[in-house]
Amino acid sequence: MINSYGAKAKVDPKDAKLSMAHFFVAFGALALGGLMGLLQTLVRSGKFELPLGIGYYQVLTAHGVLMGLVLTTFFIMGFQYAAVSRTAGTHSNAARTTGWVGFWLMTAGTLMSGTMILLNEASVLYTFYAPLQAHWIFYLGLTLVVVGSWVDGAAQIMTYAKWRRNNPGKPSPLLSFMAVINTVMWIVATIGVAATVLFQLLPWSLGLVDRVDVLVSRTLFWYFGHPLVYFWLLPAYMCWYAIIPKIIGGKIFSDSLARLSFILFLLFSIPVGFHHQLTEPGIDPAWKFFQVILTFMVVIPSLMTAFSLFATFERYGRGKGAKGLLGWFKVLPWNDARFIVPFIGMASFIPAGAGGIINASNQMDQVVHNTIWVTGHFHLTAATSVVLTFFGISYWLVPHLTGRKLTKAMNKLGIIQAWVWFIGMAFMSGAMHIQGLLGGPRRSAFSTYGDSQQALDWIPYQIAQAVGGTILFLGIILVVIIFINLAFFAPKGEEEFPVGEAENLDEKAPMVFENWKLWLGILTALILFAYTIPFIDIIQNAPPGSKGFKTW
Amino acid sequence: MHMHKLEKIWLILGISCLIIFLTTVGVSAFYLGNKPPSCLTTIDSEKVDTTKPFDKPGLHKVEGKEWDYELVYVASAFSYNPAKVEVPLGAKVKVIATTKDVIHGFEVAGTNINMMLEPGYVSEYTTTFDKAGEYLIVCNEYCGSGHHLMFSKIEVVK
Repeated sequence: MINSYGAKAKVDPKDAKLSMAHFFVAFGALALGGLMGLLQTLVRSGKFELPLGIGYYQVLTAHGVLMGLVLTTFFIMGFQYAAVSRTAGTHSNAARTTGWVGFWLMTAGTLMSGTMILLNEASVLYTFYAPLQAHWIFYLGLTLVVVGSWVDGAAQIMTYAKWRRNNPGKPSPLLSFMAVINTVMWIVATIGVAATVLFQLLPWSLGLVDRVDVLVSRTLFWYFGHPLVYFWLLPAYMCWYAIIPKIIGGKIFSDSLARLSFILFLLFSIPVGFHHQLTEPGIDPAWKFFQVILTFMVVIPSLMTAFSLFATFERYGRGKGAKGLLGWFKVLPWNDARFIVPFIGMASFIPAGAGGIINASNQMDQVVHNTIWVTGHFHLTAATSVVLTFFGISYWLVPHLTGRKLTKAMNKLGIIQAWVWFIGMAFMSGAMHIQGLLGGPRRSAFSTYGDSQQALDWIPYQIAQAVGGTILFLGIILVVIIFINLAFFAPKGEEEFPVGEAENLDEKAPMVFENWKLWLGILTALILFAYTIPFIDIIQNAPPGSKGFKTW
Repeated sequence: MHMHKLEKIWLILGISCLIIFLTTVGVSAFYLGNKPPSCLTTIDSEKVDTTKPFDKPGLHKVEGKEWDYELVYVASAFSYNPAKVEVPLGAKVKVIATTKDVIHGFEVAGTNINMMLEPGYVSEYTTTFDKAGEYLIVCNEYCGSGHHLMFSKIEVVK
């Protein structure tokens, strides 16, 4: 045995309490953000108007902030905190206190930014591009969310470091290693958004400085914006790599290769932000293409991931005596919500990833940039692959943490929920992809653009999106019912926190994977290589800065 | 660290596809000239109306250049100037645009003309209009409460 899996099979109740605190905020954000999403699709169908003078873009900002920033960050931090506690041992009192401080900072920040959105002082969408100027409290709130997440993540790193000290020369438990990779990536990535908010947007919205450099701000934002999506995705990969094998009764295909793919994700998620800025002026096309190449490097760990997951499934199935080319597929536990819900997410990642390749393909981006195709794309990646996996995790993790059981009824409701989600998303995301290819813009309220024939042709797709959005909202009601049941009403009992074991326990993961100086050194070098020269160009050739505008 | 033989084959195939794919995109961009719009010209966004060529928005015939016409747009919340132009079929046109206030999008729906307009920068894209009909220009970057009312039209005529 190289890893002390199972040494502590239960998350300590004190750690469980902090994880659950994160999940209450996360699922609260999901319920509210889901309602906002429903309203958007209804408005854009052209058949419905918002009451009480509520603005479409106010609702859109709330949806983006709640789903993209609050739901994800709180769920991920809560999940990783529990995963580290389960695999590297109970958090120390100091680490737990650190975690709570982080949690409250994030919560306070969320409330501050949320209040400003409600007051219509911050209808700048969750990307808050300058020179649109929101109220300074909105920016301060976002700063607290980010700083809080650093403090929260520090708790995981402290416990990981303690495990390493107590087990010299041994590879750390896989789930803890993966959680720390994701936290480190998050910290390095959020430096960009923290820099633009603290040094540019906050002083500017307070009136301390008059003008802001728009392209510098956008470049710092997108330095953060792309790894943000990998920060969402990697916890799903943690589940696929290290938890699903245990749920189905199989083994992790290769512990070492799983670690290698996480390191590759760490290295190639950050120095790639220009692929979100491909159609922008002011950036040299050669540097854009260079970052496009780096972007595509994540294809390698993605292929490794796909291989290992299906290898695990096939080996498990053949072990059960399945015959033929695809016989193993049939014997997978299709009636277990803990498996099938993330599996639907996994399968959705195949078209989702293919769409992402198109978006990042340099000049090909002109066909889809800022069309609703892009919205369709990240509703497959984030809002299907990632979110369904998060739902699947919560179906065993919430009862594990609250000392309850996932009942047969809730298991069944979980499976129904996933299919409802899949069908709703097929309508909504499918229609968004097609409308985007026809040129329909994203982030726009209903409009016929002066009765243009092209815009009139988009309307049927907008109606399909409203149908999909309505089905998805039913899915949200179902998942909230399951969450409340598992948190408060399910029968008392012990629900397992499944942690997979590697197929070959004699193969020890190379210790070089835990050499943080090496990986952080390579990461820094890649970031400096990809950004230094173009960033100096952007600053040296900068036009006069922009004053703030409030155009809503 | 051990890697399964089939996984090696899988990765070699995948990485080969990746190299072929990136080479195709790169050759198309840098050899055939299909780079995404990346104009490096800057402008004072508060003096757009008095800066050439934005002092005269609209379609202008030009001589002695690689393109036949220059089509100049000034964007501001929530409109484009000009609001409508006619372009002769088959004309090679350089579209030149900028914004006076916040970030806007400039997308001619159903074509490859799709670029960001950012305060302080000029955006350009050269293309040939080879299909007759009406084209809608939409703002595809959120710019405020009237974002979805911001459009212009191009009529490609024989």
